[in-house]
Amino acid sequence: MEDFTKKSEESSSSNWWNWATASLAGLLSLPILVVLGYLFTPAGEIWSHLVETVLADYVSNSLLLMFGVAIGSLLLGVGTAWLASMCSFPGRGIFEWMLLLPLAIPAYIIAYTYTGMLDFSGPVQSTIRDITGWGYGEYWFPEIRSLWGAALMLSLVLYPYVYLLTRAAFLNQSLCVLDVSRTLGNGPWRTFFTVALPLARPSIVAGLSLALMETLADYGTVQYFGVSTFTTGIFRTWYGLDNAAAAAQLSAMLLLFVFTLILLERNSRKKSRYHNTSQRHQSISRIPLKGWQSVGAITYCGAAVLFGFLLPASQLGIWATTVSEESIDGAFIDLISNSLLLGGVSALLALLLALFLSYGQRLHNKPIVKFSVRLSGMGYAVPGTVIAVGVIIPFAWLDNSFDSWMRAQFDVSTGLILSGTLFVLIFAYLVRFLAVSLQTVEAGLGRIKPSMDEAARSLGYKPNEVLRFVHLPMLKGSLLTAFLLVFVDVLKELPATLILRPFNFNTLAVRAYELAADERLADAAPASLAIVATGILPVILLSYSITKSRKTK
Amino acid sequence: MNKLRIVFWAIAIFLMAGPIGASAAEEVNLYSARKEKLIKPLLDQFSAQTGIMVNLVTGKADALLKKLKSEGINSPADVLLTTDAGRLHRAKVAGVIQPFHSAVLKNAIPPQYRDTEGHWYGLSLRARPIMYVKGRVNPSELSSYEALADKKWKNRICIRSSSNIYNQSLIASMISANGIKKTEAWAKKFVKNFARPPKGGDRDQIKGAASGQCDIAIANTYYLAGMLKAKDKKQRAAANKVAVFWPNQSDRGSHVNISGAALTISAKNRANAIQLIEFLSTPKSQEWYAETNGEYPARKGVKMSDTLNSWGKFKADDLNLVNLGKLNPKAVMLMDRAGWK
Amino acid sequence: MPIQLDVKNVSVAYDGVAVVTGINFTLDVGQIGCLLGPSGCGKTSLLRAIAGFEPLASGEIHLHGKQVSSVGATTPPEKRRIGMVFQDFALFPHLSVSENISFGMRLMDKKQTASRVEELLDLMELRAFRHQHPHELSGGQQQRVALARAMGPKPEILLLDEPFSSMDAELREHLARDIRLVLKKDGVTAILVTHDQFEAFAMADEIGVVGEGQLRQWNNAYELYHRPADTMVSAFIGMGVMVSGQVIENGQIALSMGEIVKPAPENCEVGCMVSVLLRPDDLIHDDDSQLTFKIEDRAFRGAEFLYTLKTPDGEKVLCMVQSHHNHQIGEKIGVRLDVQHLTSFPMSDCSECQLTNCQSHQS
Repeated sequence: MEDFTKKSEESSSSNWWNWATASLAGLLSLPILVVLGYLFTPAGEIWSHLVETVLADYVSNSLLLMFGVAIGSLLLGVGTAWLASMCSFPGRGIFEWMLLLPLAIPAYIIAYTYTGMLDFSGPVQSTIRDITGWGYGEYWFPEIRSLWGAALMLSLVLYPYVYLLTRAAFLNQSLCVLDVSRTLGNGPWRTFFTVALPLARPSIVAGLSLALMETLADYGTVQYFGVSTFTTGIFRTWYGLDNAAAAAQLSAMLLLFVFTLILLERNSRKKSRYHNTSQRHQSISRIPLKGWQSVGAITYCGAAVLFGFLLPASQLGIWATTVSEESIDGAFIDLISNSLLLGGVSALLALLLALFLSYGQRLHNKPIVKFSVRLSGMGYAVPGTVIAVGVIIPFAWLDNSFDSWMRAQFDVSTGLILSGTLFVLIFAYLVRFLAVSLQTVEAGLGRIKPSMDEAARSLGYKPNEVLRFVHLPMLKGSLLTAFLLVFVDVLKELPATLILRPFNFNTLAVRAYELAADERLADAAPASLAIVATGILPVILLSYSITKSRKTK
Repeated sequence: MNKLRIVFWAIAIFLMAGPIGASAAEEVNLYSARKEKLIKPLLDQFSAQTGIMVNLVTGKADALLKKLKSEGINSPADVLLTTDAGRLHRAKVAGVIQPFHSAVLKNAIPPQYRDTEGHWYGLSLRARPIMYVKGRVNPSELSSYEALADKKWKNRICIRSSSNIYNQSLIASMISANGIKKTEAWAKKFVKNFARPPKGGDRDQIKGAASGQCDIAIANTYYLAGMLKAKDKKQRAAANKVAVFWPNQSDRGSHVNISGAALTISAKNRANAIQLIEFLSTPKSQEWYAETNGEYPARKGVKMSDTLNSWGKFKADDLNLVNLGKLNPKAVMLMDRAGWK
Repeated sequence: MPIQLDVKNVSVAYDGVAVVTGINFTLDVGQIGCLLGPSGCGKTSLLRAIAGFEPLASGEIHLHGKQVSSVGATTPPEKRRIGMVFQDFALFPHLSVSENISFGMRLMDKKQTASRVEELLDLMELRAFRHQHPHELSGGQQQRVALARAMGPKPEILLLDEPFSSMDAELREHLARDIRLVLKKDGVTAILVTHDQFEAFAMADEIGVVGEGQLRQWNNAYELYHRPADTMVSAFIGMGVMVSGQVIENGQIALSMGEIVKPAPENCEVGCMVSVLLRPDDLIHDDDSQLTFKIEDRAFRGAEFLYTLKTPDGEKVLCMVQSHHNHQIGEKIGVRLDVQHLTSFPMSDCSECQLTNCQSHQS
């Protein structure tokens, strides 16, 4: 089609966007490419060993874990989203925001608290033994530190992604469609299953894919529960077997999982491209629940909040106040401000990048742009440590090359300019969490009809002005969501922070980890509690912004 | 748009401010696999005494190693601190640490706890003995790690996952003593004696034993020490239910690992760095370090805590610790084959 | 009148597949043009090429004497000074009615903008809704806002892409006429894309019929109806059926139903088969006529009945009859032919008539 190649004004701006989008996305996928680069390093005979002994375990455990988390987070996320947005029952308003709270708890911390409560030597089982006089092996109790335990823990803290996106979808659904279903003789519940749920499917799948990517990247929980997954396998191969190449090759296999996941998600979204089907939203009239229905709804939502937030948070509170040898002191102010700073800056940058990339994609949907944007969003499923290594290598190389060039030319040593600064750490955060903001912003942009862009263009606005004057104001809600999600994620992030932070710089997550890794779980409680407390505020803000977006009768 | 630009520059300056702020006059930069809480007070003492500022970044040993490797000769780190000999050995092989000679250190640290060429110096010993539940196990039934493969221990042993470096080192020491074949045969039987699939940390093994899930736990002593002085009543109660048994006293001795320090190849504050490592080997530092960490001091004749003394003297494995690092991959593969999760 | 829009030999292609080819037409200042054709025939692509959203595969477009599109050079839409009204209106939901209208006027000074907004609010009778947001308006009101927004910056040309497609059929013609008045009052040059001929008749000065990617004819409504350029146009515009005939001597045609008409198409020799367009008003009900056809179907149109009749040899023709002539299906009625302007085409051409499914657009 060379005949139709565009030149001149239109094409120079188009080239600029293509070039800028692709190269920015390329830069952000650099760490992943570095990891993939190890694919070509021979790993020796280690593979036959892995295949013979542990690989089957890694694959099956990872798949089962994803399966478990999928079931768990769908059960917890979709039903609660429907109840909290479309039904009315006592306490609904409170549940609406409380259901998001588990988002503030890092998965490894909830794992610690539940182990503390439910383990053989924990208070629950000890009490059972004290009452009944049974000993070890004389009664059955579910083993929390197992594959299904890990799936449960991850579901409890990851279901809010599904809840968040599904609820937004329900709130955005044109009520006409729901009303049509009602007039066709479907009751509210049938309407839920036959109309609302299928319409919300792209959002449900988007939320689920975020939860599953987090699941694949999780290290803390599965390692503590002794479940061998890809992530633990990567570290075991790297650290234990001292074989970085094989570890990277395992990471590449993990990326294959992720890629499949992303393709599935894309596919489900492509099939159902809904812009706002109707311009006219009436305010929601919620379905009133009566009697036992209310009780059921309260129990259902209450269970999610209780097990996902209240119980673990109280356990942390108890530890922090009774048995912890650490307390919240002046040093915490530094930790909190460091955490806030990193979270704020990274979330802002991730937002701008996501906006830029998804808008670039909207303008010019070229395969190369699409591919590089997809690649740059894959970091979310890669364990933080692997990302960190993928970040260190190219930056250190860049710094060292510049240094030796300066030495050769001017006899001046510049040392490491970028490595060891917060710049590199934040870059790693962007690589890791871009998917979250990208997902949210893309979904938001997808809801804006292309004719909006064209209308503004025809009225004399250039593409970047269209973004500023049309899309940004329309995207407010999505942008806030993207910002806050990344913010909370950065707050909880540990492995990359640990490796990439500069000298004398700590965050809440690092403090919590150092004590927990020393098996002083109770002592880690104050820092963990501080993470949770810091995370709650943005989570509540998030909830408020979504509710506000839709007035109700 | 102008406001946005200002914000951008502010962020950029803030991001780059890291290394500038860290370049004080007299300083030493430390990459430490030892947690901040367990080293910082000692570093503060050092700074107070010498006026040398210590910049610290903590992390997992392998990640720090990778970081050192990538940063190369421009790495800001002067000193690397790890909590096992295997990583020190890997650092040496990777060429990121350099040998140095210090009469003070040679004098303080016994030869088996430092590198023959002076690449690294041990600072403390971490012992991994057998712990048994008082009353349920008669210490006379116990003898060596090897003997734990006996059928009589079926469903009675708690030990953590083979992904853990302590177990990897233990098996490496056994490979070194008995060879791969014998150790693998032993491991296969040993795994069958586990009371439950491996999970949790060392404290969890001790707790498991105390609560009756198993009769024997294998754990590092400093975890037991930590539990004994915990604020949590239950932890103390659990710890008091178990006693320490030093295995293999009639042959090579109980398994120990070390924590140690090394000088990086890129060290720009060489003198300060050596001064810091020497400071860590003084009797006073060693006493604090051993006490705080619940580990055994590397230096002989240092006063020990009552807890450590209560477990009695023991013969430590005199194996050259370099072997732990060399045999580590073999140990992991062996445990994979034995089905040790 | 100076030429405002000049479309020269334009082709538009997607992924190398041409959608429209070889389009030529011009529009004078203040003229309202229309691209009329069945859906999927490429008229919207042509409009988008004029707007600058699609590059050209061949040809040139000149707007107000300036070349804006050629092969390999496309002035972006925002630099063309166009106004466009979209099928779905594309009103900005975050802006009020008056903010929507003033959206394109940011280069004007504040006073000018304010007075232009007032002017348009009055013109479109939107004064009462100025502070409301699009979702609070009815479809017709939204449509007027979209039009006001597009006209706001006084564009060189106004492009309307099926602007009435979401309206009631009753409303369409009425609205189209209203808008024509508004545009004429403002002296706006405009081009409308539609598949509805009555909309086109009501609004446009010049109409281009687009079929299968080509501009079949560019002319005013009267000429299109009475002198269609080909069978496609004849079938698409107005009601009517094609009946077959054969050229006989003296340039006459013998229809298969038995009547003789003229003239035959040029270049058609004796014996050549032709198709002849019969409009419903070409066939007059006459009880005295020898020619009787059976009523196949009938539709009540108030003042008249539209009868579908079957000729003895199986062809169907339409006949408009005053409604007091109430005949039942199956009856035979007498008719006679009264052809004012005979349109006929050589037979080989007629396949296109079937392709475009002309009858479906009549109802």
